[in-house]
Amino acid sequence: MTIKRVTRRKIIDKLVIFLALLSVVIAMIPLAGVLVFVTSKGLSVINLDFFFSLPKPPNEIGGGIGNAIQGTLILIGLASIVGIPIGVLSGIYLAEYGDNRFGSLVRFMADVLSGVPSIIMGLFVYVAVVLATRSFSALSGGIALGIMMIPVITRTTEESIKLVPNSIREASMALGVRRWKTILFVVLSNAKSGIITGIMLSIARIAGETAPLLFTAFGSDVWATGLNQPISALPLVIYKYAISPYANWQAQAWGAAFILLIIVLVLNIGVRFVARYRK
Amino acid sequence: MPPLFFFGKKELKMVRKFLSGDSIFKKLTLIFALFILVLALLIFYELYSRSQLSINKFGLGFLTGVEWDPVHQVFGALPFIYGTVTSSIIALIIAVPISLGIAIYLSELAPKSFRSTISFMVELLAAVPSVVYGLWGLFVMVPWIRDYLQPFLESTLGFLPLFQGPKFGIGMLAGGIILAIMIIPTISAVSREAMLAVPDTQREAAFALGATRWETIRIAVLKYARTGIIGAILLGLGRALGETMAVIMVIGNRPQISLSLFEPAYTMSGVIASEYIEATQELYLSSLIEIGLLLFIITLLMNIFARLLVWRMMKMFRGAKE
Repeated sequence: MTIKRVTRRKIIDKLVIFLALLSVVIAMIPLAGVLVFVTSKGLSVINLDFFFSLPKPPNEIGGGIGNAIQGTLILIGLASIVGIPIGVLSGIYLAEYGDNRFGSLVRFMADVLSGVPSIIMGLFVYVAVVLATRSFSALSGGIALGIMMIPVITRTTEESIKLVPNSIREASMALGVRRWKTILFVVLSNAKSGIITGIMLSIARIAGETAPLLFTAFGSDVWATGLNQPISALPLVIYKYAISPYANWQAQAWGAAFILLIIVLVLNIGVRFVARYRK
Repeated sequence: MPPLFFFGKKELKMVRKFLSGDSIFKKLTLIFALFILVLALLIFYELYSRSQLSINKFGLGFLTGVEWDPVHQVFGALPFIYGTVTSSIIALIIAVPISLGIAIYLSELAPKSFRSTISFMVELLAAVPSVVYGLWGLFVMVPWIRDYLQPFLESTLGFLPLFQGPKFGIGMLAGGIILAIMIIPTISAVSREAMLAVPDTQREAAFALGATRWETIRIAVLKYARTGIIGAILLGLGRALGETMAVIMVIGNRPQISLSLFEPAYTMSGVIASEYIEATQELYLSSLIEIGLLLFIITLLMNIFARLLVWRMMKMFRGAKE
């Protein structure tokens, strides 16, 4: 009787361990599937022309996504101008002065905002900027993406400043350096790699965002002409081509997805290396 | 006394303090921190004021109306609420067991050398942009569902109304599956954090009583981490409710309420993203923005509740560890 019970417990134990391992394997199937399909289907349409030329109408041979790559880079630049200063400065506040009720509230709100769907951010900028200026624009796209970067940068900046040992602060203050100069030139330079990690992660996160751009950057078939004009972006092209009924556009969607995936993966793996280098 | 002499020594000191670099810098960072709070309020205010038209016209009936007819200017959000909620529930049913399996494996079972590789791969799963999932879902997953999964479900569970209907591949089921893939990283990462926060003394106590590994996990780890795990599931749910692009590409986008999971459906985020451009009449646009407002409130509450749970649990254990 007791022997039977012990065996049963052991069998259940083995079974659960097997199931845990199985769930890891199951989760890896879509990851492998996406990587394999995007790579094989993407590489087959990619050539030099694909990177540097404008899109062609459906069912015409050739054409590329040069303007979408350009647009994505411009949007990332605009988003960084909006997101990095606000994110880093509010992160400094939370780390250096935020040990109070207001600080906790901001910290909490930043966490909550990072969970708000990206489409809501897009809708917000559509209502607040696009409807007000009566035009889709690169600028509004940059604002929407920049807002999405803020919570991530705020929290990672705070975390990495808190990791800077107090002795370094004290050493600087003991030399008669003012607190704000200590923070800007001593503490920040020690927390640099952590902050850069956060910035890179937030860029990786927004580079593939589509929903907020539908309402703001809108997309375009030509090279970017100005920040107050609609602008193309890789995710927008992928969406437009994927749901189109044309075979050559669908094929090009995979090519665009491959380039976007490479950008996102390079940023993510780059972050790993920065983090390892720190240790 | 002439007002010039109002500034005595004490006042001068205050002014100097107010204008010193330290004080200015502090206030500068404070403004940016304040901006985060203002942003949340501003989002609410903008969406609320722009949906006034539809709120006044339909009132609470907006939530229960099943008709979505732009031509006759009748708007009810129930089909979209149904689509969002049902696809998210399907996603949770699939994702929760798998995510907990991953979290248990990573925090309790995996060899040390394995852990960082596997958690990196799970992170990559979160890094893939949703539009890329949508592309893959549309051209790879949907045909697979149509050719293998739907015939299989119909032949085994076909007596349930859930698994009857047309076999297009595209539909509620495809939407739920793609959402499950996308929320697995969130749920597994946060619940793993919660499990790692359980003090080792708990595990040692269970082992000392002769528990097997599973019994230890069940008694010592899962029970203690449950607040955090519930928080993790809610965070995943929040993500599923608001996800747009991947779902829009595989769910079929037809505003209907059908018991069958094979039928096309439409989500709240989906209708906003695909119809805002046609919404030239004020009332139409206002109705779409009201759906956005609803989605914002739901996901905000979900996130607030989830974060509170996770925070409370982490605090509890930080206390226990020290």
